[in-house]
This record gives sequence, C-alpha cells and structure tokens, in this order.
Amino acid sequence: MRHLLAIEGLHPPQIGQLLDLAESYVLLTRSGKTQRDLLRGRTLINLFFEDSTRTRTSFELAGKRLGADVINMSVSTSSVNKGETLLDTAATLNAMHCDLLVVRHGQSGAPNLLAQKVDAAVINAGDGTHEHPTQALLDALTIRRRKGRLEGLTVAICGDIAHSRVARSNIHLLSTMGSRVRVIGPPTLIPAEAGRLGVEVFHDMNAGLAGADIVMMLRLQRERMGGGSGGLVPSAREYFRFWGLDAAKLARTKPDALVMHPGPMNRGVEIDSAVADDPARSVIREQVEMGVAVRMAVLDTLARSGANG
Amino acid sequence: MAEPAGVLFTGVRLLDPASGLDQPGELLVRDGRIADFGASLGRPDGASVVRGDDGAVLCPGLVDLRAALGEPGAEYRETIASAAEAAAAGGITTLAALPDTSPAIDDPALVRLLRTRGEETGSLTILPYGAVTRGCRGEELAELGLLAEAGAVAFTDGARAIGSARLMRIALAYAAGFGARIVQHPEDPSLAAGGAATEGELATRLGLPGIPAAAEAILVARDIRLAALTGGAVHFAHVSTGDALRLIRQAKADGIAVTCDTAPPYFDLNETAIGDFRTYAKLSPPLRRDEDRQAVLAALVDGTIDAVASDHQPRDADDKRLPFAQAAPGGAGLATLLGVTLAQVHGGAMGLMQAIGLLTARPAALLGVAAGRLAKGAAADLCLFHPERAWQVESGTLPGKAQNTPFDGRALEGRVLGTWKAGRRVFG
Repeated sequence: MRHLLAIEGLHPPQIGQLLDLAESYVLLTRSGKTQRDLLRGRTLINLFFEDSTRTRTSFELAGKRLGADVINMSVSTSSVNKGETLLDTAATLNAMHCDLLVVRHGQSGAPNLLAQKVDAAVINAGDGTHEHPTQALLDALTIRRRKGRLEGLTVAICGDIAHSRVARSNIHLLSTMGSRVRVIGPPTLIPAEAGRLGVEVFHDMNAGLAGADIVMMLRLQRERMGGGSGGLVPSAREYFRFWGLDAAKLARTKPDALVMHPGPMNRGVEIDSAVADDPARSVIREQVEMGVAVRMAVLDTLARSGANG
Repeated sequence: MAEPAGVLFTGVRLLDPASGLDQPGELLVRDGRIADFGASLGRPDGASVVRGDDGAVLCPGLVDLRAALGEPGAEYRETIASAAEAAAAGGITTLAALPDTSPAIDDPALVRLLRTRGEETGSLTILPYGAVTRGCRGEELAELGLLAEAGAVAFTDGARAIGSARLMRIALAYAAGFGARIVQHPEDPSLAAGGAATEGELATRLGLPGIPAAAEAILVARDIRLAALTGGAVHFAHVSTGDALRLIRQAKADGIAVTCDTAPPYFDLNETAIGDFRTYAKLSPPLRRDEDRQAVLAALVDGTIDAVASDHQPRDADDKRLPFAQAAPGGAGLATLLGVTLAQVHGGAMGLMQAIGLLTARPAALLGVAAGRLAKGAAADLCLFHPERAWQVESGTLPGKAQNTPFDGRALEGRVLGTWKAGRRVFG
C-alpha cells in the first residue's frame, strides 16, 4: 500500500490488517506507552485546505506518538491563497522531502492528483464528497471492539448521504467486510443510484432503523436547509421530526444497538442530546479515541511500505 | 336536524361508479352512515322517506379535486361558509382547497385550521392542499412532511406554476418520500407572463397579449421527465390542450406516475367565449381553440384525464369590471360542475357512469380518501339529481358569493335536487 486515497478498492485482508494493527495501538496507548522510534526522522505534513480541528489534531497526535516530525499547513497560512496551484504545492512539498502527506481538500479527487506528483505517501483526510478513509476505519474499529465483528451486522447510515464522504467510505468498508448497509434520508439527500453501491435505501427512518445493530448519524450542514441555491430540506424542525435520531426512533433498532456520529454534532437537528449523551448507547467519544489509533496504524503501514519500496 | 331514525331513499336510480352499481332501488341511512341499499329494503322502522322523482339518480356526494376558497385573506370574494353553500347546491360534499391564499397554507397549523373550518360548516369536508413553497412564492420548499402529517392531501402552489426545473425536481423527490403528489399549474411562467388570452387569430383581432398554447405542453413535457427522474408523482391541473394531453397519454403508457384533471370550461367552451371582451370568460389557463376543446373531451372519454374539477376561482365584480387584460382570471365553478359535465352525457360523448365517476370515485382515489362511493358503513354523503331537469345559469342568482361564471346564460340539463352530508340534508 503506497497511499491511502480511498476505501473503495481495498480488500478485506488489507482492512483487517489495518484494524488489527490499530487495535494494538489502542492497547499500547491505554497502557501509557509510546513508540517514538518508529517514525523518527520522518516528516509528516498535515495539508488542510478545509478547516478541521478534530481530524488534523488526531493525525498530529498519531504522528507524534510514532516519533515523526509533524508540520501543520492550513490554507489560511499557505501560498495557496496567493494563487499557487495544487501542483505547485506538490513541487514545493517534494523539495521539502516530506515522507507522509495528510491531505484534506474541498474537491473530490484532489488527493489523487497530489499522489501522482509527490514523492510522499498520501493519506486522504477527506476530499470533497468522495471519501474519508480513516473515518471509516475508526468507525469500523469502534464497531468491531464493541460487537466483536463486522460481518452480518446491520448498519444504518442516516442523513445527508449525498454530500457525505464519511458515508461513502463507510458504505465501501462495511459492505466489503460483510455488513448489511442501509442508508436513510430524504430523497433529496440520497445520491443518484445509491442502491448500486450495494446498500438498501430508506426514506422512512422508522423502517430503516428496524432491527439495526448500528446507527451512524451524519451531520446536516445548515446550507442544505431552507432557501437559496442549496435548499434541499425545508427546515431544521422538519428534519428533526423525520430524520433526527431521538429515543422513539432509536427504539426501532435492536436493544443493544450503538449510536455513532463523526462529529461535530448539530444537537436538535440530526440528533437528540438525550441519545447523543446516553452512555449505554452512544459511542461517539470512543470514536475519537479510535481515530488516533487508526491513524497510527495507517501511518505505520504506509511508512513501512515506503521503506520497503 | 339529525335524523337518528334514518332516511330511506326510494324510487331512485342508484349509481356508484366505484363499484359499477347502476340499478333502480332504495338506500337507507342511519346514524349518518349508509346502512343498506338494494332493490327493495321494505319499510324500515321510523325512517323518513325521500322519494325520487321519475328518473332521479342517487350517487355519492361529489368530490371536487380543485377549488379556491376566499379564506383566508380574500373574504370579499368568497368565504368558507359561502363556498360551502355553493358546493352543497352543486352536490359537492368533499372539496380539495387550494393553498395560494393569504396567508398561504404553508404551515401545519393552517392545514388543521382549514380541516376544522370545513367540519364546522356541517356540509363540506375540506381537504387542504399544502403549499409546495413557502408563501407559494416559488423559492423555498415548504415543510411538506409536517404539512402532510397535519392532513395536507397533496402539494401545489395553486394558480402559480413551479417555474424552476431545479425546484420542481427537489419538490417531486422530497414529496415522494412521503408518498405525496405535486400538483402543477402547467404553464411556463416566462411564456405566460402578461398574457390574457390564447395566442392566435382571435387574440390578434382583439389586440390582446397572447399566451401560446405551447406554454402548457412545454411545462408538461419537462415535468414528465422530472417525475421519471425522481420517481415522484406529478399531477397536472386543468389541462386544456391536445399537445399536453398527448404527452400525458404517452407518459401514462410508459408507466410514469402522471395524472391530470380538467375543468368544465375546457371541454364545454372555446376561446370565442371571450367574445366581446367578456371578462367572466377570462380564465387561467385561457380558453383555447376548438381543436383543443375537442382533444380535452376525447381525453376525458379515453380515460387520459383522471377527474373533472370545478376549478372554482371566486372573483368579485371589481376584479372583473376592468379592461380585459387587467381583469383577474378565474371562474366560479361549484354550482355548475355537475350540469356542465352532464352536457357531455346528453351530447352522447360518454355515459352517466363515466361522467359521475370523473366527479366522485376518481378524484377521491387521487386524493386518497374514502369519499365518493356508495358502501355500507360509509358516511352518507349523497347527491340526488335529475339528469334531465333543465335550468339556466344566471350570474347574480348563483348560490354562494362568487357570481363570476363563464357559463352565464347557458341552459343546462341536470339539476341537483338534494345534497346530504353524513346523512343530514344540506341542500334541497
């Protein structure tokens, strides 16, 4: 594995190995140990063209725990604002001898373009509405640790599927690993031919949640609501009524179903606080912990294959 | 006024398009419901008797798929009470009310209010349409889910077309998630803007700004494609041209979720009715050439058109006493819905069963309500009429407030003798 650009196309053993390695990093971190020699002398650049505190911090922490030199570049401080193209940026990064490049970009496919031009191993930290591979891996790790498996589980992904890279990566990963994936949302937020990705599509949330083992809620961006060019749902109150996760809708799932959310949450829009904060059901905070472990596993794997290659 | 002992209709021709029943017989109402019907029911205890005149027909109360009420906001044109009076006189017991009022029916509370106001009339069930867009302004999607939950039967911006293809796509897709239909006023707004009559020789002679008939087919063609794209259901209101009907006929054959209605003016009148600038015949869409009128009639007969609606648009004298292009479009239609439709039965175009079906069972099916049928246990919403009884439509003497009938002076055969709502006589 030279880069991690997408989940689509990965084989079950590759995913399984990443999750196994991540699992070992969970135990290592919990025991208070680090492995600062693994990436000693390597340079990791966090190149973020979109704001993100959570993902950037998670990669930064993962890199530091493995001993890498971590540099954060965000769009507001880089020369991209001065008209530099993506490929100019790539040339600059090559001159800096970057080993691992973590990229977030608003355009689908931007990390693929960079991967063609830079010497570093590229890790997609979210590109447009395409993929967010490490989010899907951390979600899978969270599920696997709680349920002991991925195969045979029914996972319902709810909300703005159309604009979600988290949904796409999760759909690919979970169906590759043998889960049954459902997507739930208003028709205006379900992308065309979603069923062709191997999922079952529901517009009625109560029907879609029936018997589910896992409920993954997605963030609804404010610009999707109301008027203007983006309006795809009429209002927050209507969205919450029909597609917000509350206790009544959650009661349709299996009694031990888990609630997940990639964050940051819109409480009262896509999720009721009573559900989001329910320690018996919500694993939202655990997802964050798994995020660091999964990113350590990804950096480790790519650094090793880079060294071998 | 309740008659707990019941009402026995005797000596009537029972006609129920929902079941295909057409036979002389009797029908018994008890506790507001149809208790029994058949060739002969004997003498039920204590029931009062309504004897049908020779040839009188007892059918389900009519279901009007489309009518504007003056309320809220235009009470000078019509009120719910005056519309209910006109509806009862026209044999109508269930009516779907358009939402482009002031304020528009774009809030769940307004849907509930209209339903309640209907119940308060005691004679008319009002089924509210919800607005597709807030304020029927054609910009932001209204809360279709909450409106549907409150009892909106379908969604439309009323007399206003949804002009943006993107907005129509979103509306069709979103409404489909709730199993709801979008009802379109099929007229391309950019082509229709400023027009007063169908573009052609007559409008040219009269010097009136024209609306090309193609404005209808263009929007119908677009929305059929959008229905196919989204899997949503579209309904075209008051279809008036042969071109549009050909598209709809083909779309139905292709299995696309498309339905449509028309209104009596479009199969009974043509553009010459605007004659000497008669503003009562100024309608939206405008009256068409006679070829189009004939095409509408043919589509009624072959079933392409799913229902005949009154398309009641109340206007007061001041709305109409203006130069033609400035006068408000729209015609009163509640009292004449049955009579003008029956003219096609007398003319031999269709049978009585088919004509009454277009006014009862078929609009009820489109609205998804249990009205419009004779069934044991169903609410006794009934219309007793005589198909041959003659009368003359005369503006100024019509029941209700709105007098703006495009049929002024028209002699009709077919008159409502009595209307019953939940077993209670509300007209005749």
